[in-house]
Amino acid sequence: MSSINLDSTVNTAAEASHAHHEEGEHRLVGFIIFLLSESVIFLSFFVGYAVYKTTALDWLPPGVEGLEVREPLINTIVLVSSSLVIYIAERYLKKENLWGFRAFWLLTMAMGSFFLYGQAVEWSGLNFGFTDGLYGGMFYLLTGFHGLHVLTGVLLQAIMLGRSFIPGNYDNGEVGVIATSLFWHFVDVIWIVLFILIYAWQ
Amino acid sequence: MTNLSIDALAPNRQEPSPGEPENWWRFFTFSTDHKVIGIQYIVTAFVFFLIGGFLAMVIRGELITPEADLVDRTVYNALFTMHGTIMLFMWTFPVLNGLANYLVPLQIGARDMAFPRLNAVAFWMVPLFGVILMASFLVPGGPSQSGWWAYPPVSLQNPTGNLINGQFLWILAVALSGISSILGAVNIVTTIIRMRAPGMTFFKMPVFCWTVAAAQTIQLFGLPALTAGAVMLLFDLTVGTSFFNPETGGDPVLYQHFFWFYSHPAVYVIILPVFGVFSELFPVYARKPLFGYHFVAISSFVITGLSAIVWVHHMFASGTPGWMRMLFMASTMLISVPTGVKIFAWVATIWGGKIKLTTPMLFALGGLVNFLFAGITGIMLASVPFDIHVNNTYFVVGHFHYVIYGAAVMGIYAAIYHWFPKMTGRMYYEGLGKLHFVLTFIGVNLNFLPMHPAGLMGMPRRVASYDPEFAFWNVLASLGGFLLGVSTLPFLLNMISAWVQGDKAPANPWRAIGLEWLVASPPPHENFDEIPTIIAEPYGYGKNEPLTAQQAALQQLASTEVA
Repeated sequence: MSSINLDSTVNTAAEASHAHHEEGEHRLVGFIIFLLSESVIFLSFFVGYAVYKTTALDWLPPGVEGLEVREPLINTIVLVSSSLVIYIAERYLKKENLWGFRAFWLLTMAMGSFFLYGQAVEWSGLNFGFTDGLYGGMFYLLTGFHGLHVLTGVLLQAIMLGRSFIPGNYDNGEVGVIATSLFWHFVDVIWIVLFILIYAWQ
Repeated sequence: MTNLSIDALAPNRQEPSPGEPENWWRFFTFSTDHKVIGIQYIVTAFVFFLIGGFLAMVIRGELITPEADLVDRTVYNALFTMHGTIMLFMWTFPVLNGLANYLVPLQIGARDMAFPRLNAVAFWMVPLFGVILMASFLVPGGPSQSGWWAYPPVSLQNPTGNLINGQFLWILAVALSGISSILGAVNIVTTIIRMRAPGMTFFKMPVFCWTVAAAQTIQLFGLPALTAGAVMLLFDLTVGTSFFNPETGGDPVLYQHFFWFYSHPAVYVIILPVFGVFSELFPVYARKPLFGYHFVAISSFVITGLSAIVWVHHMFASGTPGWMRMLFMASTMLISVPTGVKIFAWVATIWGGKIKLTTPMLFALGGLVNFLFAGITGIMLASVPFDIHVNNTYFVVGHFHYVIYGAAVMGIYAAIYHWFPKMTGRMYYEGLGKLHFVLTFIGVNLNFLPMHPAGLMGMPRRVASYDPEFAFWNVLASLGGFLLGVSTLPFLLNMISAWVQGDKAPANPWRAIGLEWLVASPPPHENFDEIPTIIAEPYGYGKNEPLTAQQAALQQLASTEVA
């Protein structure tokens, strides 16, 4: 029995970092499970949209022709390419180039904010509201719920950017950065489906 | 050899925290200890069980006569709505989460859950949404009257015109319950995937952990669908969107799809861990290995998979197209296959065993008998013509109360008795326990069996008054209901007095095999001095083989000393 105790004291330092690493991996697994669960909410809304669009007697509210596609398409391109930018930021962090990481991370945030701004401009120019029939309800529900996720993503990115200024904080990589970037890709993929459903399929 | 393997697992060792005082008030704090949280869940849930049970007895008091005389009809509507909501969202889910919280880390050889703080947050949401739901008794207009399923357009009516009305609070409470359950599910599933002790492969894991994983997987894919429906319902109710409101072009049937896509699988969220409890208990009290362990374990996930494609059987009478009816009838009947696998395995486990009829074994056997009956009426209800015939009658009420009370609650009682010595370090009183069993078993069958003939005769559910021809069956059911109310008294007396002054429990009072029985009762903080290495399948009753490498080493040491 005593030999066991001896071994364990020798290994304490290595264990500590090992335990830290393990905990980070738990968090990532937990976060992925959470995202999978979260995606079912979007899936439910998408199914609801498809059911309404194919079965509703009055789909478009009176006086509404459909949606303009050009500006949302620009928005889409910005958001989707920000996935690439955040990936580059992560690569810089892996190479322990903190300023490269911060520059591309900030660019991602700017692109996300541009998307939110474009969304707000689009909303303010529309001639139908949330309570205007099934179409109005579903449009604002989907874009609003997605927009809330984009906003959450940008806020998470701001937190991660701030934490990068704590000395030595990101020396061994950072689970928060990986999770935020994962969340960002998730938000992008959801938007692609959403764009196809709402704008492409009219 | 053995020395080597012990050394290999030593590095996981951490210094156990210096003897934390075992104060009773730790149960009222924001503790992150999974064992404290487990007991917090169980006790909180039981308080709500008593409240929900009180509402049920008022309902049965109303139904003992054919006239609506005890309470007002609107009060009656509120009573059955709150009864169902409380029993599902505030009793069965939390109490099972409590059992999972307490047992899973112990059974897989972990010191705690993967996310202890998240665990505490998820628990403390339970009293929060409990208070919100209870507050609906105080708002003008009273609680929601639209049933626990809250179908629109009934649930969209707001006669008082207030923003904060019973239905609003109901949706809020259910949404918070959903968030709490998803956080809990993420935690439990991550724990089972990531935190198993060395050697604990999936096929060395106790069936309880399998069933909990299968049940929590349902929470993860099902609850978001209900959440989506609830969000849309909330917008319809508060800001006047038209998702489910037929007057403005909405589709109320779509809500039913969202609701049942989760709420049918929710039944498996409840019953699967109870299957786990049965699978744990029968081997202990029959002194035999669990028959067909692999099949019992895997069939849990077969149930999870099938549960995602059966929900429309709740909507056979909702104008569902014929092809859908046939499809969902078939998928529903398929569920009886994995369930049947389990029932046969349990019977084969008990068969020829040295059966010891302790209180937990009695509850487990009683639960199994009731579940068999519930399963048979379930198959009957799966068939479309029969379902349409008895739709919205007491036959359905009888069926699901056999599942929820007859099988699930009795299984939960079995689990509480079985692990009570482990949780509290005290032995419960066997005589009171057996009295509790007799009252419960008679009460369940007296309460819910007469609902079947009443339903076949055509008695509709959710009504405060009924035709006098159903009176006989209702008197019987009401007497059974009151008996169930009485049955909680010996249980409470037993639990409280045993916890205060019962005999000290040994580490393993049932001579059971499992990691939780290798540690003291109650287990120390962080559970294990040294994380065990598992070398055998669970349920090795009668095989006399060591479960862990540590046990094997000790046995070898003892044999060499003797030699």
